Amino acid sequence: MTTLKHQTKDAHTEEKTGSRVIWGIRDCRTIVLQEFTHLLRQPSTFAWQIGFPVVMVLMFVYVFGSAMDVTGQGAGEGYVDFAMPGMFALTMALGFMDTAYAVTHNKEKGFMDRFRSMPMSSSAPVTGRAVSDVIRAGIDLVVIAGVALLIGWRSGGSLGATLAAFVLLLWLRLALIFVGIYLGLCIKNTETAGMLFAVAFPLGFISSVFTPPEMMPGWLGAVAAWNPVSSTATAIRDLFNTPGIEIMEPAYWIDGHAMAAAIIWPAVIMAVFVPLAVRQFKSLGR
Amino acid sequence: MKDHPAVAAQGLVKRYKKSTALDGVDLEVPHGTVHGLLGPNGSGKTTTVRILTTLTIPDGGQASVAGWDVRTQSREVRRRIGLTGQQTAVDDLMTARQNLTMFGRLFRLNRIDAQRRADELLDTFSLTEAADRTPKKFSGGMRRRLDLAASMILAPEVLFLDEPTTGLDPAGRREVWEAIRHLAAQGTTVLLTTHYLDEADKLCDRISVIDQGRNFIEDTPAGLKRRIGDEWLELVASDPADMKNLEQLVTRILGTEPVLENAEARLSISVKDGVAALTAVAAEISAQRLDIADIGLRRPTLDEAFLHLTTPVAENSLEETR
Repeated sequence: MTTLKHQTKDAHTEEKTGSRVIWGIRDCRTIVLQEFTHLLRQPSTFAWQIGFPVVMVLMFVYVFGSAMDVTGQGAGEGYVDFAMPGMFALTMALGFMDTAYAVTHNKEKGFMDRFRSMPMSSSAPVTGRAVSDVIRAGIDLVVIAGVALLIGWRSGGSLGATLAAFVLLLWLRLALIFVGIYLGLCIKNTETAGMLFAVAFPLGFISSVFTPPEMMPGWLGAVAAWNPVSSTATAIRDLFNTPGIEIMEPAYWIDGHAMAAAIIWPAVIMAVFVPLAVRQFKSLGR
Repeated sequence: MKDHPAVAAQGLVKRYKKSTALDGVDLEVPHGTVHGLLGPNGSGKTTTVRILTTLTIPDGGQASVAGWDVRTQSREVRRRIGLTGQQTAVDDLMTARQNLTMFGRLFRLNRIDAQRRADELLDTFSLTEAADRTPKKFSGGMRRRLDLAASMILAPEVLFLDEPTTGLDPAGRREVWEAIRHLAAQGTTVLLTTHYLDEADKLCDRISVIDQGRNFIEDTPAGLKRRIGDEWLELVASDPADMKNLEQLVTRILGTEPVLENAEARLSISVKDGVAALTAVAAEISAQRLDIADIGLRRPTLDEAFLHLTTPVAENSLEETR
């Protein structure tokens, strides 16, 4: 064993507000790099995670899709075009479980404590999580879009509109990241985190993702229509210029304002869950 | 020279909804010493460490580490401490070297310094050969050493170790002990918690015994042993049925009741004059023609010191709550 040199700490005893921001960004980058080292180390886990939405796409389009008549032009007709935007939105919606699981895992493993006992930026564990999960979500979307193109889905919208649709999807995912962080901090252990499916499934499926809310019983249809996931799904259907959609009259008020709702809903979610997550993060010290 | 103790705490109190975790803990740890917090599970050891490492805010009392207040100057405290918590907080998906480099970056070393420091630490903790493997396949002792290395990035003034060897096999414990001794020899102040008494005995300069959220005794390991009598007289019955007779006999001769371990048919009792007690008890046993498997004198273990010291407190507080 060699001798440890006591390093000088003078270099970082002074810290001004400006440099605090810079350190916040640097620490965030370090954590994002850590997350992506994980992806590279575990390509099979990554493949499984991405495989789930891909399998869902294939299942819904080919198994259920052949029985669905969403356009009024016969079963299966136009279902790929109807379901794909929903599939994108669903992947974004279910992604909060990954966030929650990762946060709980870090808490359980003592990582959160180690970070909190270090002189690093205190916001970095949260911002690092958010940034890496948004990047992850971007990769998810690219892969699913690739599969969708292979099975015949096309965006009917302009390039700008198509890109805007993907931005709206990531906007929803970003908002739900804070829900995931909040839940992850509340949850005791990773076993419990697995049970989040019970929350995630209604959130994802009681929506316009696979079935138009008009086809559901009255009250359920209303719930589905007002689901933030539906707003994003409807808004991007519009941006993708999904054929057959324009002939349907919006049955619910919010359907007619899906674009605004797809922008406002995630903002509302963040307005609620960012403070909650921050409070929960601080209460780790109580 | 530093004019403040490495760790100073007065009257630390921490209450949770249903219980009081700390009920007035006082500590003073001088620089360059290894201090043990010894107590059973739930005694308040971990809460004390969490307060001193700025992870938990105390409800009462004061504490400073390296001269900085843990509550109001937590940033300064964090620059001067290392923490190895109960779980090994290393990233299982990154190699040992990647782990240390990442922590180095978070401790604000530049890329080159972080890499150099990682290599130094790998060497110090004898992990150079495992540097490019992930900790997933490490032994418990190796994982702990990597965890320790991660706490030593800035060569902290005070290193906090919360149950550093819990869950390790004997070989792993020895490896970790050796690493801790090495750090202490270099002048790092160490505050460690443990419920292993031999661990406190082997590593610590001073030990605080803590139970029910209070530390009520602080002494050297040798001093603690002295407090419970110099020697123990130990008897093992050949026939467990004789236990009752032997207990009465010992109580009559020595005036105090022995500690019974019925499963092993063993009686033990703390005695002032070991030889006199041994002779008197042995004579009486042969006079009564009782059969015993073993009789002897031995120095007390810290386990006994510990039971002896904490039991009365536990009983008192039980009575209080009734």
